[in-house]
Amino acid sequence: MADEEEEAELSEKQKIEIAKWFLLNSPPGEIQYVAKEIVSADVKSILNDDDLFHEAASDAFSLYNKSHLISLKMPGRSGDLLVTTFGELEVNAYLDPRTAQVAKVDHVKQVCTEVRPATDEELPSPYIEEFRCALDAEILKYVGEAYPKGVCSVYCVNGKDVEGPGSDFELVVVISAARHSPQNFCNGSWRSVWNILFKDDQQIVEVKGKMQVGAHYFEEGNVQLDAKHECKDSTLFQAPEDCALAISSIICHHETEYLASLEASYLNLPDSTFKDLRRKLPVTRTLFPWHNTLQFSLTRDISKELGIGK
Amino acid sequence: MEAAMGLMRRIPPKHTDTALSALLSLLPHHSSDLLSQVDQPLQVLCDADCGKEFILCEYNRDADSYRSPWSNKYYPPLEDGSLPSLELRKLEIEANDIFTVYCDQYYEGGTSSVYMWEDDNEGFAACFLIKKDGSKTGQGRRGYLEEGGWDAIHVIEVGPEEEGTTNYRLTSTVMLTLTTNNESSGTFSLSGSLRRQEKQLKNIIDMSMRLSIAEGHICNMGRMIEEMESKLRNSLDQVYFGKTREMVCTLRPPSEVAQMRMPES
Repeated sequence: MADEEEEAELSEKQKIEIAKWFLLNSPPGEIQYVAKEIVSADVKSILNDDDLFHEAASDAFSLYNKSHLISLKMPGRSGDLLVTTFGELEVNAYLDPRTAQVAKVDHVKQVCTEVRPATDEELPSPYIEEFRCALDAEILKYVGEAYPKGVCSVYCVNGKDVEGPGSDFELVVVISAARHSPQNFCNGSWRSVWNILFKDDQQIVEVKGKMQVGAHYFEEGNVQLDAKHECKDSTLFQAPEDCALAISSIICHHETEYLASLEASYLNLPDSTFKDLRRKLPVTRTLFPWHNTLQFSLTRDISKELGIGK
Repeated sequence: MEAAMGLMRRIPPKHTDTALSALLSLLPHHSSDLLSQVDQPLQVLCDADCGKEFILCEYNRDADSYRSPWSNKYYPPLEDGSLPSLELRKLEIEANDIFTVYCDQYYEGGTSSVYMWEDDNEGFAACFLIKKDGSKTGQGRRGYLEEGGWDAIHVIEVGPEEEGTTNYRLTSTVMLTLTTNNESSGTFSLSGSLRRQEKQLKNIIDMSMRLSIAEGHICNMGRMIEEMESKLRNSLDQVYFGKTREMVCTLRPPSEVAQMRMPES
């Protein structure tokens, strides 16, 4: 009996894992739909326990929201909050560095429920804040120009308490743009994360970028794009405003180049890349000669019958 | 079931395998529905008798063994495995020979298999399968693809003959994945799956009275499949990939290239 119980428990755990796997593999902007489908695919009744399902869901939603860098409207007119690991202060509480507020997030509902002013301990020192603020202003300008629906944020992830020159610190620029149009059977997202390491001793700034683009088109089919790229660059350690300009122009340059290389990949598809899977026309450049093949096999049949084939 | 199919339409096609086995363990009472409605990437086995590979599917499976179209034997060996009638087997052999040539001309490599079986209403059914590994380590002749697969499944139900004509109902699925990878553009990966259905009423004997009915069938089925494959390839290329490209351009319009800002200092 004990064995049976154990087995049942294990399989319940596995079911939660399966539910999580589906949620985490949802295309951009589709986790809510996937959750609904899981529930109606009877997983919930198999799980037999609302709390367990909710636990699986809240885990998966939180991971999904952070990895997809989703943006949520903050109450009042505080603008958009990006849900990222860089701004995560505690479970469900995220820092918005621009407005110096901490927002409470309901991961499963994907809404921001309330905000409070951040405490001094949660914010970087005035020295760091000068660099962060200047960069945020430049990135905001760039994102406004380049992305019709882009949201961005600049975080300090290392050395936020550095009081002045003499120590290294690290900022992170996050850019996220999503477009959901289920009525047109299409969803997509652009995510980029730029780690910016200010090296005080060498007086240089190292820039490392990760860009990820996803798209899903599902009218009578299921086609998904998943593209990723990483790059590196560097610039001189200068005054906050000069650094901000140099860094945002590096980011702009790499993102523009990446977009161009995506375009090139698409242009190469029909004539080269796709050809290695299936040609548009046979090697003979004419439709397959079904008619002749039949005649060919007919004559072979006849020769078989006449006993001259073998 | 509907919800399960809904999930399959959302999960990235390259994860179809994992998603299907997850659903099977979750919904064991729907397993036969799932297996027949969810198209999975094709697997191959080697026919030891003639050293040729053949493709596995539900239609050449009996118990845990699969019948090779080349030797007509089951692997692993199975006694009393079901076989098509002699007449149908003759047509199957013919179809396999011709489809090998077809596959070679369109795919420049790849594996093909054709299976036929009698159905309940005087007609028969056939399944044409193609699997191509287009990666540069596989059979991609041009070497563009880091990873690339094309799996095509065509099932044709052939109705009973009536006054020299018969109904063909074709259901085709194409699943593909392609990934390119290079230093300047990173990894670029597209995956997709499409399923379409088509009905046609055709003359069985449409070219020459001397041709047997059986040979007329292959010609008719072959043309339908060729047309359908071209259609599917075209819609993937033009429509489906095009839509994802449009999405990328909506997220970050390329016109911005012209206004690239330079540092003012």
